[in-house]
Amino acid sequence: MKAMLTAFVMIAVISVAADYGLDYAGFSAAERQSGDAVRLE
Amino acid sequence: MLRVLLSLVLMFTLFLPLTGLSTSGPAQAQETEAPDRSATGGAQTLEDILARQRGETVDNSFRANNVGDPDSAAGIANQLGTLGGASDPDLWRALRFGKANITASNDGPASTVLVQDSGMWWLEFRQGPLITYGGYLLLGMIGLLVVFFLIRGRIRIDGEKTGRTIERFKAFERFSHWLLAGSFLLLGITGLITLMGRKFLIPTFGHEAYSNLAVASKWVHNNVSWAFIVGLVFVFFLWVAHNIPNKTDLKWIAQGGGIFAKGKHPPAKKFNFGQKIIFWSVIVLGGSIAASGLSLLFPFELPMFAATFEKLNALGLPGLIGLDPLPTALAPHEEMQYAQLWHAIVSFVLMAIIIAHIYIGSIGMEGAYDAMGSGHVEEQWAKEHHSLWVEEVKAKEAEAPKGATPAE
Repeated sequence: MKAMLTAFVMIAVISVAADYGLDYAGFSAAERQSGDAVRLE
Repeated sequence: MLRVLLSLVLMFTLFLPLTGLSTSGPAQAQETEAPDRSATGGAQTLEDILARQRGETVDNSFRANNVGDPDSAAGIANQLGTLGGASDPDLWRALRFGKANITASNDGPASTVLVQDSGMWWLEFRQGPLITYGGYLLLGMIGLLVVFFLIRGRIRIDGEKTGRTIERFKAFERFSHWLLAGSFLLLGITGLITLMGRKFLIPTFGHEAYSNLAVASKWVHNNVSWAFIVGLVFVFFLWVAHNIPNKTDLKWIAQGGGIFAKGKHPPAKKFNFGQKIIFWSVIVLGGSIAASGLSLLFPFELPMFAATFEKLNALGLPGLIGLDPLPTALAPHEEMQYAQLWHAIVSFVLMAIIIAHIYIGSIGMEGAYDAMGSGHVEEQWAKEHHSLWVEEVKAKEAEAPKGATPAE
């Protein structure tokens, strides 16, 4: 039971980390799909 | 070698629906001779339109190449000079056949593809047969299990319970299983919400409610996918050695796994043949879902289908089942469309298999859930379903004290 709950918590942790991590690494849709002339900030 | 052959057969079988789809349109139809178009000044004729409606292939080169002629245009000071040698229809044809010189403020390989042919075919297939047959598959599996349960009932432990337990899965094995299982459930549910929202959820709950649900589902689906991939890798390395088919499986197959008759218990090691099917389905289909999912997660950056079709064509596989060679020149959007269809089709198959797995691991068999719950199973259950594994465990336990170093 403890292993199952730990796994479910880990799913949440990995998901949030993936969301922030990919965005931070420049993999947001805005970063990947915008042309050079587009200012994102 | 057997495993390689097995995976080849499996992959080929899985490709069948897709190859069928890709050639069910005009590509499969017969070629026709170009009609005389002098009456329309070279534009398409009624016969062209009718031929397309009959599903025949019409050579579009007469339109694809008719995109104006700027080099011989009248000078800018002359009448019609501002058209630059290309009329509006010429421009639309150029857009339609990817020959226009387009500058876009967005980036990526898809940014300058303004028109692509396969969009409507994909949309209609996605909203029609994909949802219909995918839904039937899941409901059919549930119905089958209900019938099986009504006929066979719960598979009980036949012998007398010993009151002793035996450790079946260690904590990390259970953690990995639930990492994979939990993420797959979330991905399956959110995937179905995304796929079937327009057809079933919007008519029931309205656009606004569905909009919130769809946004949440998209976030969950995109990000939980990483936990699924991690779980898949863990599970593969943990159990691959135990899931290599061996001759014991033949006895299990011959006796139907013992699930159709009470008191019948074919010998099995740590995993019986049924579990091996589940394992390899999860690895092969799950791996394929993960690959197509990555292609969808990073739009236009990981195209896979043109290269795969090229390899299949080189092997002559489409020809073996009477199909034309698969298309190898795909627009970026077509790559995404194939990835989405493949992702959904394989997911439906894996969901159907996993529904059966959940059934047998919970209400379908007494004592089965404990293996992934506490990790310890009733010894009698283990003897009935994994007799050879129990012998191995007992033998190891008997050996252990001999080599063990006594505590000081």
